[in-house]
Amino acid sequence: MEKLFDFDLTARLLALDVVQTALLAAAVLGLVAGLLGPFIVMRRMSFAVHGTAELAFTGAAAALLLGVGVGIGALAGAVVAALLLGLLSRRESERDSVIGVILSFGLGLGVLLLWFYPGRASQKFGILVGQIVAVDSTDLTALLVSAVVVLAVLAVIYRPLLFSSVDPAVAVARGVPVHVLGPLFAVLVGIATALGVQIVGALLVVALMVTPAAAAARITASPWRATVLAIVFAEVAAVGGIVLSLAPGAPVSFFVTAISFAIYVGCRVVAFVRGRSARSLTEPAAPPAPVPPGR
Amino acid sequence: MGDAAVEIEDAGLRFGDRTLWSGLDLQVAPGEFLAVLGPNGSGKTSLLRVLLGLQQLSAGSVRVAGNPPGRENRKVGYIPQQRALDESLTLRGVDLVGLGLDGHRWGLGVSGLRERRRRIARAISSVGAESYARSPVGRLSGGEQQRLRVAQALIGDPDVLLCDEPLASLDLTHQRVVSELIDERRRTAGTAVLFVTHEINPILEYVDRVLYLVNGHFEIGAPDEVMNSRVLSELYGTHVEVLRIGGQIHVAGAQSALCEDEVHHHVDQHVS
Repeated sequence: MEKLFDFDLTARLLALDVVQTALLAAAVLGLVAGLLGPFIVMRRMSFAVHGTAELAFTGAAAALLLGVGVGIGALAGAVVAALLLGLLSRRESERDSVIGVILSFGLGLGVLLLWFYPGRASQKFGILVGQIVAVDSTDLTALLVSAVVVLAVLAVIYRPLLFSSVDPAVAVARGVPVHVLGPLFAVLVGIATALGVQIVGALLVVALMVTPAAAAARITASPWRATVLAIVFAEVAAVGGIVLSLAPGAPVSFFVTAISFAIYVGCRVVAFVRGRSARSLTEPAAPPAPVPPGR
Repeated sequence: MGDAAVEIEDAGLRFGDRTLWSGLDLQVAPGEFLAVLGPNGSGKTSLLRVLLGLQQLSAGSVRVAGNPPGRENRKVGYIPQQRALDESLTLRGVDLVGLGLDGHRWGLGVSGLRERRRRIARAISSVGAESYARSPVGRLSGGEQQRLRVAQALIGDPDVLLCDEPLASLDLTHQRVVSELIDERRRTAGTAVLFVTHEINPILEYVDRVLYLVNGHFEIGAPDEVMNSRVLSELYGTHVEVLRIGGQIHVAGAQSALCEDEVHHHVDQHVS
Protein backbone atom coordinates (compact mmCIF):
# COMPACT_ATOMS: atom_id res chain seq x y z
CA MET A 1 0.00 0.00 0.00
CA GLU A 2 2.99 2.32 0.52
CA LYS A 3 3.16 2.32 -3.27
CA LEU A 4 0.08 4.52 -3.26
CA PHE A 5 2.30 7.40 -2.18
CA ASP A 6 5.15 6.64 -4.54
CA PHE A 7 4.93 9.97 -6.31
CA ASP A 8 8.04 9.26 -8.35
CA LEU A 9 6.51 6.22 -9.94
CA THR A 10 3.22 8.04 -10.46
CA ALA A 11 5.00 10.88 -12.22
CA ARG A 12 6.87 8.49 -14.49
CA LEU A 13 3.70 6.61 -15.40
CA LEU A 14 1.84 9.87 -16.07
CA ALA A 15 4.32 10.61 -18.84
CA LEU A 16 3.29 7.49 -20.74
CA ASP A 17 1.11 7.92 -23.82
CA VAL A 18 -1.19 5.14 -22.83
CA VAL A 19 -1.83 6.77 -19.45
CA GLN A 20 -2.46 10.16 -20.99
CA THR A 21 -4.96 8.64 -23.40
CA ALA A 22 -6.67 7.02 -20.45
CA LEU A 23 -6.80 10.32 -18.58
CA LEU A 24 -8.28 12.11 -21.55
CA ALA A 25 -10.90 9.37 -21.93
CA ALA A 26 -11.74 9.64 -18.24
CA ALA A 27 -12.00 13.42 -18.44
CA VAL A 28 -14.43 13.19 -21.37
CA LEU A 29 -16.49 10.59 -19.55
CA GLY A 30 -16.53 12.71 -16.41
CA LEU A 31 -17.89 15.67 -18.35
CA VAL A 32 -20.64 13.66 -20.05
CA ALA A 33 -21.59 11.77 -16.90
CA GLY A 34 -21.65 14.96 -14.84
CA LEU A 35 -23.94 16.68 -17.33
CA LEU A 36 -26.39 13.79 -17.61
CA GLY A 37 -26.27 12.85 -13.94
CA PRO A 38 -28.64 15.47 -12.51
CA PHE A 39 -31.30 14.47 -15.05
CA ILE A 40 -30.79 10.80 -14.20
CA VAL A 41 -31.34 11.59 -10.52
CA MET A 42 -34.37 13.85 -11.17
CA ARG A 43 -35.96 11.25 -13.42
CA ARG A 44 -35.16 8.43 -10.96
CA MET A 45 -33.27 6.48 -13.58
CA SER A 46 -30.41 5.09 -11.47
CA PHE A 47 -31.62 1.54 -11.87
CA ALA A 48 -32.16 2.12 -15.59
CA VAL A 49 -28.52 3.20 -15.86
CA HIS A 50 -27.46 0.00 -14.15
CA GLY A 51 -29.66 -2.06 -16.50
CA THR A 52 -28.33 -0.23 -19.53
CA ALA A 53 -24.78 -0.86 -18.38
CA GLU A 54 -25.42 -4.59 -18.07
CA LEU A 55 -26.67 -4.68 -21.64
CA ALA A 56 -23.65 -2.69 -22.74
CA PHE A 57 -21.67 -5.53 -21.20
CA THR A 58 -23.69 -8.05 -23.22
CA GLY A 59 -23.02 -6.08 -26.38
CA ALA A 60 -19.32 -5.85 -25.57
CA ALA A 61 -19.17 -9.59 -24.92
CA ALA A 62 -20.83 -10.27 -28.27
CA ALA A 63 -18.39 -7.90 -29.98
CA LEU A 64 -15.44 -9.64 -28.35
CA LEU A 65 -16.67 -13.00 -29.63
CA LEU A 66 -17.34 -11.67 -33.13
CA GLY A 67 -14.00 -9.91 -33.24
CA VAL A 68 -15.41 -6.41 -33.75
CA GLY A 69 -14.53 -3.50 -31.47
CA VAL A 70 -15.66 -3.84 -27.90
CA GLY A 71 -16.58 -0.16 -27.90
CA ILE A 72 -18.98 -0.61 -30.81
CA GLY A 73 -20.53 -3.64 -29.13
CA ALA A 74 -21.02 -1.79 -25.86
CA LEU A 75 -22.57 1.14 -27.69
CA ALA A 76 -24.97 -1.08 -29.61
CA GLY A 77 -25.96 -2.99 -26.49
CA ALA A 78 -26.54 0.18 -24.46
CA VAL A 79 -28.63 1.91 -27.11
CA VAL A 80 -30.75 -1.20 -27.67
CA ALA A 81 -31.22 -1.42 -23.90
CA ALA A 82 -32.22 2.22 -23.65
CA LEU A 83 -34.79 1.85 -26.42
CA LEU A 84 -36.13 -1.42 -24.99
CA LEU A 85 -36.52 0.09 -21.53
CA GLY A 86 -38.19 3.13 -23.04
CA LEU A 87 -40.64 1.07 -25.06
CA LEU A 88 -41.49 -1.60 -22.52
CA SER A 89 -41.87 0.60 -19.47
CA ARG A 90 -44.31 3.25 -20.52
CA ARG A 91 -46.05 2.88 -17.21
CA GLU A 92 -44.22 4.16 -14.17
CA SER A 93 -45.42 1.19 -12.13
CA GLU A 94 -43.81 -1.32 -14.48
CA ARG A 95 -40.49 0.42 -14.91
CA ASP A 96 -38.65 -1.20 -12.06
CA SER A 97 -39.65 -4.73 -12.93
CA VAL A 98 -39.00 -4.32 -16.67
CA ILE A 99 -35.45 -3.16 -15.91
CA GLY A 100 -34.91 -6.14 -13.62
CA VAL A 101 -36.19 -8.55 -16.25
CA ILE A 102 -34.04 -7.16 -19.07
CA LEU A 103 -30.96 -6.68 -16.91
CA SER A 104 -30.84 -10.24 -15.65
CA PHE A 105 -31.40 -11.78 -19.07
CA GLY A 106 -28.78 -9.53 -20.67
CA LEU A 107 -26.23 -10.39 -18.01
CA GLY A 108 -26.91 -14.11 -18.43
CA LEU A 109 -26.53 -13.84 -22.17
CA GLY A 110 -23.27 -11.95 -21.73
CA VAL A 111 -21.88 -14.67 -19.48
CA LEU A 112 -22.70 -17.29 -22.14
CA LEU A 113 -21.03 -15.21 -24.84
CA LEU A 114 -17.91 -14.86 -22.72
CA TRP A 115 -17.85 -18.59 -22.09
CA PHE A 116 -17.70 -19.11 -25.86
CA TYR A 117 -14.84 -16.63 -26.16
CA PRO A 118 -11.52 -18.47 -26.40
CA GLY A 119 -9.28 -15.47 -25.66
CA ARG A 120 -7.61 -14.25 -22.49
CA ALA A 121 -9.55 -14.13 -19.27
CA SER A 122 -8.30 -10.64 -18.42
CA GLN A 123 -10.12 -9.24 -21.42
CA LYS A 124 -13.35 -10.87 -20.27
CA PHE A 125 -12.86 -9.44 -16.82
CA GLY A 126 -12.06 -6.06 -18.35
CA ILE A 127 -15.51 -5.34 -19.71
CA LEU A 128 -17.03 -6.02 -16.33
CA VAL A 129 -14.69 -3.97 -14.18
CA GLY A 130 -13.00 -1.67 -16.69
CA GLN A 131 -9.74 -1.66 -18.59
CA ILE A 132 -8.85 1.96 -18.94
CA VAL A 133 -5.28 1.43 -20.14
CA ALA A 134 -6.61 -0.65 -23.02
CA VAL A 135 -8.23 2.44 -24.58
CA ASP A 136 -6.40 2.99 -27.88
CA SER A 137 -6.56 5.88 -30.31
CA THR A 138 -9.49 4.48 -32.37
CA ASP A 139 -11.46 3.97 -29.18
CA LEU A 140 -10.57 7.48 -28.17
CA THR A 141 -11.87 8.89 -31.46
CA ALA A 142 -15.14 6.99 -31.05
CA LEU A 143 -15.33 8.23 -27.49
CA LEU A 144 -14.82 11.85 -28.49
CA VAL A 145 -17.37 11.64 -31.32
CA SER A 146 -19.99 10.05 -29.08
CA ALA A 147 -19.35 12.62 -26.38
CA VAL A 148 -19.73 15.50 -28.82
CA VAL A 149 -23.01 14.01 -30.10
CA VAL A 150 -24.37 13.64 -26.56
CA LEU A 151 -23.35 17.18 -25.60
CA ALA A 152 -24.82 18.70 -28.77
CA VAL A 153 -28.17 16.96 -28.38
CA LEU A 154 -28.29 17.82 -24.70
CA ALA A 155 -27.61 21.48 -25.47
CA VAL A 156 -30.61 21.55 -27.81
CA ILE A 157 -33.08 19.78 -25.51
CA TYR A 158 -31.75 21.12 -22.21
CA ARG A 159 -34.65 23.37 -21.15
CA PRO A 160 -37.56 21.19 -22.32
CA LEU A 161 -35.83 18.17 -20.78
CA LEU A 162 -35.48 19.96 -17.46
CA PHE A 163 -39.12 21.05 -17.65
CA SER A 164 -40.42 17.57 -18.39
CA SER A 165 -38.16 16.01 -15.76
CA VAL A 166 -39.19 18.19 -12.83
CA ASP A 167 -42.69 19.31 -13.76
CA PRO A 168 -44.22 16.94 -16.35
CA ALA A 169 -47.85 17.98 -15.87
CA VAL A 170 -47.21 21.63 -16.69
CA ALA A 171 -44.62 20.78 -19.34
CA VAL A 172 -47.23 18.74 -21.22
CA ALA A 173 -49.68 21.60 -20.91
CA ARG A 174 -47.13 24.00 -22.35
CA GLY A 175 -46.63 21.81 -25.42
CA VAL A 176 -43.33 20.16 -24.46
CA PRO A 177 -43.07 16.79 -26.29
CA VAL A 178 -42.55 14.86 -23.07
CA HIS A 179 -43.02 11.46 -24.74
CA VAL A 180 -40.27 12.15 -27.26
CA LEU A 181 -37.82 13.56 -24.75
CA GLY A 182 -37.98 10.53 -22.44
CA PRO A 183 -36.74 7.93 -24.97
CA LEU A 184 -34.31 10.44 -26.48
CA PHE A 185 -32.74 11.05 -23.11
CA ALA A 186 -32.61 7.28 -22.51
CA VAL A 187 -30.56 6.93 -25.71
CA LEU A 188 -28.18 9.68 -24.58
CA VAL A 189 -27.77 7.83 -21.30
CA GLY A 190 -27.16 4.65 -23.29
CA ILE A 191 -24.36 6.26 -25.28
CA ALA A 192 -22.76 7.70 -22.16
CA THR A 193 -23.09 4.36 -20.39
CA ALA A 194 -21.31 2.62 -23.25
CA LEU A 195 -18.45 5.09 -22.86
CA GLY A 196 -18.37 4.40 -19.15
CA VAL A 197 -18.33 0.65 -19.63
CA GLN A 198 -14.98 0.92 -21.41
CA ILE A 199 -13.44 2.93 -18.63
CA VAL A 200 -14.82 1.77 -15.30
CA GLY A 201 -16.62 -1.32 -16.59
CA ALA A 202 -20.26 -2.30 -16.65
CA LEU A 203 -20.54 -3.04 -12.97
CA LEU A 204 -19.33 0.34 -11.77
CA VAL A 205 -20.69 2.79 -14.29
CA VAL A 206 -23.27 3.96 -11.77
CA ALA A 207 -20.41 5.40 -9.74
CA LEU A 208 -19.84 8.04 -12.42
CA MET A 209 -23.32 8.47 -13.86
CA VAL A 210 -25.34 8.64 -10.65
CA THR A 211 -23.23 9.13 -7.53
CA PRO A 212 -21.76 12.58 -8.38
CA ALA A 213 -25.19 13.99 -9.25
CA ALA A 214 -26.78 12.40 -6.19
CA ALA A 215 -24.05 14.00 -4.06
CA ALA A 216 -24.59 17.40 -5.70
CA ALA A 217 -28.35 17.17 -5.12
CA ARG A 218 -27.63 16.90 -1.40
CA ILE A 219 -25.99 20.29 -1.16
CA THR A 220 -27.77 22.49 -3.70
CA ALA A 221 -31.28 22.90 -5.07
CA SER A 222 -30.20 24.95 -8.07
CA PRO A 223 -30.30 22.83 -11.25
CA TRP A 224 -27.33 24.48 -12.91
CA ARG A 225 -25.22 24.55 -9.77
CA ALA A 226 -26.01 20.86 -9.30
CA THR A 227 -24.80 20.23 -12.85
CA VAL A 228 -21.53 22.10 -12.32
CA LEU A 229 -20.90 20.24 -9.06
CA ALA A 230 -21.76 16.88 -10.64
CA ILE A 231 -19.22 17.53 -13.41
CA VAL A 232 -16.54 18.50 -10.89
CA PHE A 233 -17.27 15.44 -8.71
CA ALA A 234 -17.28 13.09 -11.71
CA GLU A 235 -14.00 14.53 -12.99
CA VAL A 236 -12.34 14.21 -9.61
CA ALA A 237 -13.50 10.60 -9.33
CA ALA A 238 -12.63 9.55 -12.88
CA VAL A 239 -9.30 11.36 -13.32
CA GLY A 240 -8.32 11.11 -9.67
CA GLY A 241 -9.12 7.41 -9.63
CA ILE A 242 -6.79 6.71 -12.53
CA VAL A 243 -3.94 8.77 -11.07
CA LEU A 244 -4.19 7.04 -7.69
CA SER A 245 -4.29 3.61 -9.28
CA LEU A 246 -1.07 4.10 -11.24
CA ALA A 247 1.61 3.48 -8.62
CA PRO A 248 0.06 0.49 -6.85
CA GLY A 249 -1.12 -0.93 -10.18
CA ALA A 250 -4.42 -1.75 -8.51
CA PRO A 251 -7.77 -1.76 -10.39
CA VAL A 252 -8.91 1.68 -11.50
CA SER A 253 -12.49 0.78 -10.63
CA PHE A 254 -11.81 0.65 -6.93
CA PHE A 255 -10.32 4.13 -6.83
CA VAL A 256 -12.98 5.68 -9.01
CA THR A 257 -15.82 4.26 -6.96
CA ALA A 258 -14.10 4.97 -3.66
CA ILE A 259 -13.56 8.64 -4.49
CA SER A 260 -17.09 8.91 -5.79
CA PHE A 261 -18.48 7.34 -2.64
CA ALA A 262 -16.34 9.53 -0.38
CA ILE A 263 -17.66 12.65 -2.12
CA TYR A 264 -21.21 11.42 -1.66
CA VAL A 265 -20.72 10.76 2.04
CA GLY A 266 -19.07 14.16 2.40
CA CYS A 267 -22.05 15.90 0.77
CA ARG A 268 -24.49 14.08 3.02
CA VAL A 269 -22.52 15.20 6.06
CA VAL A 270 -22.53 18.80 4.81
CA ALA A 271 -26.31 18.62 4.23
CA PHE A 272 -26.86 17.16 7.70
CA VAL A 273 -24.79 19.81 9.44
CA ARG A 274 -26.47 22.58 7.45
CA GLY A 275 -29.92 21.20 8.22
CA ARG A 276 -29.16 21.19 11.94
CA SER A 277 -27.81 24.71 12.04
CA ALA A 278 -30.70 25.99 9.90
CA ARG A 279 -33.20 24.42 12.26
CA SER A 280 -31.58 25.86 15.36
CA LEU A 281 -31.62 29.30 13.72
CA THR A 282 -35.21 29.33 12.53
CA GLU A 283 -36.88 27.67 15.46
CA PRO A 284 -39.57 28.48 16.38
CA ALA A 285 -41.08 28.17 12.91
CA ALA A 286 -40.49 31.02 10.47
CA PRO A 287 -43.13 33.77 10.55
CA PRO A 288 -46.04 33.12 8.19
CA ALA A 289 -45.83 34.66 4.74
CA PRO A 290 -47.64 37.99 4.44
CA VAL A 291 -51.25 37.57 3.40
CA PRO A 292 -52.95 40.38 1.49
CA PRO A 293 -55.98 41.70 3.37
CA GLY A 294 -59.35 40.28 2.29
CA ARG A 295 -61.53 42.20 -0.05
CA MET B 1 -67.13 37.59 -31.49
CA GLY B 2 -63.79 37.20 -33.22
CA ASP B 3 -62.08 38.77 -30.22
CA ALA B 4 -63.21 36.20 -27.66
CA ALA B 5 -60.34 34.65 -25.68
CA VAL B 6 -61.86 31.19 -25.96
CA GLU B 7 -64.35 30.18 -28.65
CA ILE B 8 -66.00 26.80 -28.53
CA GLU B 9 -68.50 26.00 -31.29
CA ASP B 10 -70.86 23.05 -31.33
CA ALA B 11 -68.18 20.98 -29.64
CA GLY B 12 -68.63 17.38 -28.64
CA LEU B 13 -66.35 14.88 -26.93
CA ARG B 14 -66.94 11.15 -27.05
CA PHE B 15 -64.91 8.26 -25.72
CA GLY B 16 -66.11 5.12 -27.48
CA ASP B 17 -69.90 5.14 -27.10
CA ARG B 18 -69.81 7.40 -24.05
CA THR B 19 -70.59 11.03 -24.79
CA LEU B 20 -69.07 13.41 -22.23
CA TRP B 21 -70.80 16.42 -23.73
CA SER B 22 -72.01 17.59 -27.12
CA GLY B 23 -73.39 20.74 -28.72
CA LEU B 24 -71.29 22.90 -26.45
CA ASP B 25 -71.20 26.54 -27.53
CA LEU B 26 -69.17 28.80 -25.32
CA GLN B 27 -67.34 32.06 -25.72
CA VAL B 28 -65.21 33.44 -22.98
CA ALA B 29 -64.40 37.15 -23.21
CA PRO B 30 -61.04 38.65 -22.23
CA GLY B 31 -61.05 39.30 -18.50
CA GLU B 32 -63.96 36.96 -17.85
CA PHE B 33 -63.87 34.51 -14.96
CA LEU B 34 -65.60 31.25 -15.86
CA ALA B 35 -65.99 28.45 -13.33
CA VAL B 36 -66.32 24.93 -14.71
CA LEU B 37 -68.25 22.75 -12.29
CA GLY B 38 -69.72 19.28 -12.28
CA PRO B 39 -69.37 15.84 -10.74
CA ASN B 40 -66.40 13.60 -11.40
CA GLY B 41 -66.33 12.09 -14.86
CA SER B 42 -68.47 14.88 -16.32
CA GLY B 43 -65.62 15.97 -18.59
CA LYS B 44 -64.34 19.09 -16.80
CA THR B 45 -60.72 18.08 -17.05
CA SER B 46 -61.24 16.75 -20.58
CA LEU B 47 -62.44 20.22 -21.54
CA LEU B 48 -59.18 21.67 -20.23
CA ARG B 49 -57.25 19.03 -22.16
CA VAL B 50 -59.08 20.06 -25.33
CA LEU B 51 -58.18 23.69 -24.71
CA LEU B 52 -54.54 22.72 -24.13
CA GLY B 53 -54.45 20.77 -27.39
CA LEU B 54 -53.90 17.44 -25.62
CA GLN B 55 -57.28 16.03 -26.60
CA GLN B 56 -59.05 16.18 -29.97
CA LEU B 57 -62.72 17.07 -30.13
CA SER B 58 -65.08 14.48 -31.60
CA ALA B 59 -67.11 17.25 -33.16
CA GLY B 60 -67.11 21.02 -33.51
CA SER B 61 -64.27 23.48 -33.27
CA VAL B 62 -62.37 25.41 -30.64
CA ARG B 63 -60.04 28.39 -30.69
CA VAL B 64 -57.90 29.57 -27.82
CA ALA B 65 -56.42 33.08 -27.91
CA GLY B 66 -57.34 33.18 -31.60
CA ASN B 67 -55.55 29.95 -32.52
CA PRO B 68 -56.33 26.26 -32.68
CA PRO B 69 -55.43 24.75 -29.28
CA GLY B 70 -51.82 23.72 -28.82
CA ARG B 71 -50.60 26.05 -31.55
CA GLU B 72 -49.82 29.10 -29.46
CA ASN B 73 -49.23 27.59 -26.05
CA ARG B 74 -47.25 30.66 -25.16
CA LYS B 75 -50.50 32.57 -24.80
CA VAL B 76 -52.01 30.00 -22.47
CA GLY B 77 -51.11 29.71 -18.81
CA TYR B 78 -51.86 26.57 -16.85
CA ILE B 79 -52.13 26.05 -13.10
CA PRO B 80 -52.34 22.41 -12.02
CA GLN B 81 -53.69 20.94 -8.85
CA GLN B 82 -51.23 21.09 -5.99
CA ARG B 83 -49.46 17.81 -5.41
CA ALA B 84 -46.47 16.73 -3.41
CA LEU B 85 -43.12 17.35 -5.06
CA ASP B 86 -40.12 15.24 -4.16
CA GLU B 87 -38.36 16.90 -1.24
CA SER B 88 -34.90 16.30 -2.71
CA LEU B 89 -35.79 17.66 -6.15
CA THR B 90 -33.03 20.01 -7.32
CA LEU B 91 -35.37 22.84 -8.15
CA ARG B 92 -35.99 26.18 -6.46
CA GLY B 93 -39.00 28.45 -6.72
CA VAL B 94 -37.15 30.73 -9.12
CA ASP B 95 -36.40 27.78 -11.38
CA LEU B 96 -40.02 26.63 -11.35
CA VAL B 97 -41.21 30.09 -12.33
CA GLY B 98 -38.46 30.38 -14.95
CA LEU B 99 -39.64 27.17 -16.61
CA GLY B 100 -42.99 28.85 -17.14
CA LEU B 101 -41.19 31.58 -19.09
CA ASP B 102 -38.94 29.54 -21.41
CA GLY B 103 -38.96 25.89 -20.32
CA HIS B 104 -40.65 24.88 -23.57
CA ARG B 105 -37.96 26.47 -25.77
CA TRP B 106 -35.14 24.54 -27.39
CA GLY B 107 -31.52 25.42 -26.75
CA LEU B 108 -29.68 26.50 -23.63
CA GLY B 109 -31.09 30.02 -23.50
CA VAL B 110 -27.88 31.74 -22.49
CA SER B 111 -28.76 35.07 -24.05
CA GLY B 112 -30.88 37.63 -22.26
CA LEU B 113 -30.19 36.18 -18.82
CA ARG B 114 -30.43 39.54 -17.10
CA GLU B 115 -33.87 40.25 -18.58
CA ARG B 116 -34.93 36.72 -17.66
CA ARG B 117 -33.88 37.24 -14.04
CA ARG B 118 -35.72 40.52 -13.93
CA ARG B 119 -38.97 39.02 -15.21
CA ILE B 120 -38.74 36.10 -12.80
CA ALA B 121 -38.16 38.46 -9.88
CA ARG B 122 -41.16 40.54 -10.93
CA ALA B 123 -43.41 37.49 -11.27
CA ILE B 124 -42.32 36.24 -7.85
CA SER B 125 -42.90 39.57 -6.14
CA SER B 126 -46.34 39.82 -7.77
CA VAL B 127 -47.41 36.74 -5.82
CA GLY B 128 -45.48 37.74 -2.68
CA ALA B 129 -43.19 34.71 -2.76
CA GLU B 130 -39.84 36.50 -2.35
CA SER B 131 -39.05 35.01 1.05
CA TYR B 132 -39.02 31.39 -0.12
CA ALA B 133 -38.31 31.66 -3.86
CA ARG B 134 -34.78 30.33 -3.40
CA SER B 135 -35.73 27.35 -1.27
CA PRO B 136 -36.13 23.86 -2.74
CA VAL B 137 -39.73 23.67 -3.99
CA GLY B 138 -40.18 20.20 -2.52
CA ARG B 139 -39.81 21.61 1.01
CA LEU B 140 -42.43 24.35 0.59
CA SER B 141 -45.99 24.10 1.85
CA GLY B 142 -48.83 23.43 -0.58
CA GLY B 143 -49.95 27.04 -0.42
CA GLU B 144 -46.46 28.36 -1.10
CA GLN B 145 -46.12 25.98 -4.04
CA GLN B 146 -49.42 27.12 -5.51
CA ARG B 147 -48.43 30.78 -5.26
CA LEU B 148 -45.32 29.93 -7.26
CA ARG B 149 -47.57 28.05 -9.69
CA VAL B 150 -49.56 31.23 -10.23
CA ALA B 151 -46.34 33.13 -10.95
CA GLN B 152 -45.20 30.32 -13.27
CA ALA B 153 -48.46 30.47 -15.23
CA LEU B 154 -48.57 34.27 -15.44
CA ILE B 155 -44.94 35.06 -16.24
CA GLY B 156 -45.52 34.45 -19.96
CA ASP B 157 -48.31 37.08 -19.99
CA PRO B 158 -51.00 34.64 -21.14
CA ASP B 159 -54.27 35.71 -22.74
CA VAL B 160 -56.00 32.67 -21.30
CA LEU B 161 -55.44 31.10 -17.90
CA LEU B 162 -56.55 27.49 -17.45
CA CYS B 163 -56.79 26.31 -13.86
CA ASP B 164 -57.34 22.69 -12.88
CA GLU B 165 -58.46 22.52 -9.24
CA PRO B 166 -55.68 24.89 -8.14
CA LEU B 167 -57.20 25.28 -4.66
CA ALA B 168 -57.64 21.59 -3.89
CA SER B 169 -55.82 20.53 -0.70
CA LEU B 170 -55.05 24.14 0.30
CA ASP B 171 -56.15 25.63 3.61
CA LEU B 172 -58.72 28.44 3.59
CA THR B 173 -56.17 31.23 3.87
CA HIS B 174 -54.22 30.03 0.87
CA GLN B 175 -57.37 29.29 -1.11
CA ARG B 176 -58.19 32.94 -0.64
CA VAL B 177 -54.70 34.18 -1.51
CA VAL B 178 -54.43 32.11 -4.67
CA SER B 179 -57.90 32.96 -5.96
CA GLU B 180 -57.32 36.65 -5.24
CA LEU B 181 -54.12 36.56 -7.26
CA ILE B 182 -55.96 35.00 -10.19
CA ASP B 183 -58.80 37.50 -9.93
CA GLU B 184 -56.40 40.44 -9.77
CA ARG B 185 -54.67 39.23 -12.90
CA ARG B 186 -57.80 39.05 -15.02
CA ARG B 187 -58.86 42.49 -13.80
CA THR B 188 -55.55 44.22 -14.50
CA ALA B 189 -54.42 42.34 -17.63
CA GLY B 190 -57.70 41.16 -19.15
CA THR B 191 -56.71 37.52 -18.98
CA ALA B 192 -59.64 35.15 -19.48
CA VAL B 193 -59.84 32.58 -16.67
CA LEU B 194 -61.29 29.07 -16.95
CA PHE B 195 -61.34 27.63 -13.50
CA VAL B 196 -62.16 23.94 -13.11
CA THR B 197 -63.26 23.23 -9.57
CA HIS B 198 -65.44 20.92 -7.52
CA GLU B 199 -66.16 23.65 -4.99
CA ILE B 200 -67.44 27.05 -6.09
CA ASN B 201 -67.56 28.84 -2.75
CA PRO B 202 -63.89 29.91 -2.48
CA ILE B 203 -64.19 31.70 -5.83
CA LEU B 204 -67.89 32.63 -5.80
CA GLU B 205 -67.30 36.36 -5.41
CA TYR B 206 -65.09 36.45 -8.53
CA VAL B 207 -67.07 34.21 -10.87
CA ASP B 208 -68.84 35.89 -13.80
CA ARG B 209 -70.32 32.77 -15.31
CA VAL B 210 -70.59 29.10 -14.54
CA LEU B 211 -70.39 26.12 -16.90
CA TYR B 212 -72.03 23.21 -15.09
CA LEU B 213 -71.52 19.79 -16.68
CA VAL B 214 -73.53 16.71 -15.66
CA ASN B 215 -73.86 13.42 -17.52
CA GLY B 216 -73.58 14.88 -20.99
CA HIS B 217 -75.82 17.86 -20.19
CA PHE B 218 -74.66 21.32 -19.30
CA GLU B 219 -75.88 24.75 -18.33
CA ILE B 220 -74.09 28.07 -18.79
CA GLY B 221 -74.93 31.32 -17.04
CA ALA B 222 -74.35 33.60 -14.09
CA PRO B 223 -73.92 31.75 -10.78
CA ASP B 224 -77.48 32.61 -9.69
CA GLU B 225 -78.95 31.43 -12.98
CA VAL B 226 -77.25 28.04 -12.80
CA MET B 227 -76.74 27.35 -9.12
CA ASN B 228 -80.39 27.06 -8.15
CA SER B 229 -82.62 24.12 -7.27
CA ARG B 230 -84.61 24.17 -10.50
CA VAL B 231 -81.67 24.15 -12.95
CA LEU B 232 -79.52 21.68 -11.05
CA SER B 233 -82.47 19.31 -10.46
CA GLU B 234 -83.05 19.36 -14.20
CA LEU B 235 -79.40 18.73 -14.94
CA TYR B 236 -79.04 15.87 -12.50
CA GLY B 237 -82.46 14.48 -13.35
CA THR B 238 -83.26 14.14 -9.68
CA HIS B 239 -84.30 16.48 -6.90
CA VAL B 240 -81.43 18.68 -5.83
CA GLU B 241 -81.74 21.39 -3.20
CA VAL B 242 -79.52 24.44 -3.57
CA LEU B 243 -79.19 26.49 -0.41
CA ARG B 244 -77.60 29.90 -0.04
CA ILE B 245 -76.18 30.38 3.42
CA GLY B 246 -74.12 33.42 4.35
CA GLY B 247 -73.04 34.17 0.80
CA GLN B 248 -72.14 30.55 0.14
CA ILE B 249 -73.83 28.01 -2.08
CA HIS B 250 -74.51 24.52 -0.81
CA VAL B 251 -75.83 21.78 -3.02
CA ALA B 252 -77.76 19.14 -1.12
CA GLY B 253 -79.47 15.92 -2.17
CA ALA B 254 -78.34 13.24 -4.58
CA GLN B 255 -75.01 13.27 -2.76
CA SER B 256 -73.97 10.00 -4.29
CA ALA B 257 -74.44 11.44 -7.75
CA LEU B 258 -72.70 14.67 -6.84
CA CYS B 259 -69.59 13.37 -5.13
CA GLU B 260 -68.40 16.93 -4.89
CA ASP B 261 -66.17 16.67 -1.88
CA GLU B 262 -63.36 14.75 -3.48
CA VAL B 263 -61.02 15.31 -6.35
CA HIS B 264 -59.98 12.22 -8.25
CA HIS B 265 -58.47 13.42 -11.45
CA HIS B 266 -55.44 15.17 -12.87
CA VAL B 267 -54.81 16.37 -16.39
CA ASP B 268 -51.65 14.32 -16.65
CA GLN B 269 -53.26 11.12 -15.52
CA HIS B 270 -54.42 10.65 -19.08
CA VAL B 271 -51.05 11.17 -20.62
CA SER B 272 -48.66 9.22 -18.45
